Amino acid sequence: MSVAIGTVGPGGGTSGSRRLVELIFRIREFGIIAVLLLFVAVTASIQPRFVNSQNIKFVFSNATIFALLAVGETLVVVTRNVDLSVGSVLGLSAFLSANLFSQVHGMPIVGVFAAGLAIGLACGAVNGAIVTLARVPSLVVTLATLYIYRALDVIIVGGGLVVASSLPNAFLAIPTASWSRLSAVPYLAIVIAAVVAASAYCLRSFRPGRELYAIGSNPEAARLAGIPSGKRIFFAFVMSGGIAGVAGVLWAATYGTVDSTAGYGYELTVIAAVVVGGVNIFGGSGTVVGAALGALLLATINQALYVLGISSFWDPAIDGFLILVAISLDHWISVRLTSALRKRSLHHAT
Amino acid sequence: MRPEAALGATEATAAREPPSESQRGGGASKGPGYGRLKWLVRWEGALIIALIATIALGAVTSPEFLTVSNIFSNVSLLYGELAIMTLPMTLLILAGEIDLSIASILALSSSLLGYLWAHHWPMPLIIVCVLAVGVVCGAFNGLLVTRLGLPSLAVTIGTKTLYAGIAEIVLGPAIITNFPSRYTTIGVNPVPYTHGLLSYSGVIFIVLAAVFGTVLHATPFGRSVVAVGWNKEAAQFAGIRVKRVKTSLFMVSGLIGALAGILYTFRLSTAEADNGIDLVLPVIAVVLLGGVSIFGGRGTLIGVILAVLVYCGLQSALLLTNFNANALEIVTGGLLLLSVLIPNGGELMARVRRFYRLRSPVWQERR
Repeated sequence: MSVAIGTVGPGGGTSGSRRLVELIFRIREFGIIAVLLLFVAVTASIQPRFVNSQNIKFVFSNATIFALLAVGETLVVVTRNVDLSVGSVLGLSAFLSANLFSQVHGMPIVGVFAAGLAIGLACGAVNGAIVTLARVPSLVVTLATLYIYRALDVIIVGGGLVVASSLPNAFLAIPTASWSRLSAVPYLAIVIAAVVAASAYCLRSFRPGRELYAIGSNPEAARLAGIPSGKRIFFAFVMSGGIAGVAGVLWAATYGTVDSTAGYGYELTVIAAVVVGGVNIFGGSGTVVGAALGALLLATINQALYVLGISSFWDPAIDGFLILVAISLDHWISVRLTSALRKRSLHHAT
Repeated sequence: MRPEAALGATEATAAREPPSESQRGGGASKGPGYGRLKWLVRWEGALIIALIATIALGAVTSPEFLTVSNIFSNVSLLYGELAIMTLPMTLLILAGEIDLSIASILALSSSLLGYLWAHHWPMPLIIVCVLAVGVVCGAFNGLLVTRLGLPSLAVTIGTKTLYAGIAEIVLGPAIITNFPSRYTTIGVNPVPYTHGLLSYSGVIFIVLAAVFGTVLHATPFGRSVVAVGWNKEAAQFAGIRVKRVKTSLFMVSGLIGALAGILYTFRLSTAEADNGIDLVLPVIAVVLLGGVSIFGGRGTLIGVILAVLVYCGLQSALLLTNFNANALEIVTGGLLLLSVLIPNGGELMARVRRFYRLRSPVWQERR
């Protein structure tokens, strides 16, 4: 919503209000970073062990998959849609792609990633096609495909299992490989950060990216402005599916053992990360950077609780509390922002 | 005065056929003659046909399907809690809101029940206490949604995690199983005088369905729920206390979630922190399958009851064949997808045709 506000209205008010919008938006992401730093600082002061490279590595490797999924989910959520099927797509792709190693002799790792991507893209295309062609609410469609993809997974897997010993060592090393001098930050985290940055740039500065926000802000206005809404929403779903497919391959590499429960229940966690990251659940505003930071924050908190010796039974309660705080804060900011902008435009009108 | 006003508002909106009609998941946009009721009749008719087909399928594939023991243990017992939870969910979705935390309230009440029982509280007091906690949880949802103006989808994703978390804090990894047989028989034995067909949860569902159906379709409150879901502003101007209606619906949802938690615990004679935690999406799926629009304002309780029967029947029929039990949820997904595609199918074709008709002259003009 607010991103779009920043660019409308030529004239004197624009630069001022744009500065205000950008400031508040920066604060929004700074807010997550501030909470993150606060959490790290408090935890580290109680338990210095928290900031050793092993723990930081754990946090990063836990956050990568969710951060990746959060990027895809953000693309869909900003268009005022939702993709509940990401967990099931992840599970399907994790099994089918990891299984390729035992099915095809000498399977290259790149090929496995390509397979995961293709599975994800296909699943996303089915979601997108149903949502855009039949004009059916995406919540219903992806709730349905959540079950269908999961059931397909269960049927395909049967009693089977992919075990770590059937996977090549180079594949299993992907999530943890890091530069020897900076062992706390795995290469994968850097790659994911680059992906997040690239998608943030595309969403902010390219026309199709801006149009996703326009569609989420006001679907009717977007249509009248000549934006091919159907095409864009389809694209968002395909991207979300493809990202979930790649995340599935990474899941297989991280955990080694893949059965039909991979990624079970991830959908709501991903949406939680997205919402904590300041993406409006009703579309139109929010950034992929925020969403990825949201995923990182949730992962940090879980690890911090673990290091502090607080029973892991407290994790979900604290996560839930945090989600509520995040959305309340977000709402408060957007209400403030709207009234500030209105005041400003009234001022300029007179 | 209020019901007329509310009804008038809905009827007027329905008659006008707003442009967004086609996106509301219904197929009512064939023309002005196809009002809201026509569509409902068609949808419930389709569900009845689906139910008959399900029963026929079950009877053909397995001689066990229509036996008393199957209907009792695989339908009325197994899906009792799910069926009960669809009722408040129907009202909430009709009012344009959603409660993703209902299964977490179930889990919380189950673990609270176990905790208090392990601390030697008397059972009647525990039950009252658990139900009260459910209402409080629902009220918390409702207050966040109505007083802070937050979207219920986001709020209840948060409270879903929060309540499940509190359930884990309350009981931890413990599993409480030493409930007295007086109560656990409620969970596994049929109600007397029903020829062994109905479980206690099944009977509770029937009673509650009658209550909810009457409230929804025949009282001012029920009509105001529909009005709120159809058009919040219009309902507000018609004198309906929108916030109060929504808050009370969330409270009812919490209460029923807690009741389902008690029944769930007695059925398994086990109190555990993650009891029934995965039930929330199936509950929503069944409500949507029953023809309730996800945007609110449209749907009937009869549709949802039929959807419950179709869902339970189909799952239990598949259970009796050699179908992979873990893949049973394909029923949920498939039915849900059909339920949105079938009403939109005709319209989809019409749009494709219109697209091609419009397309050629426009293209020639441009060139």
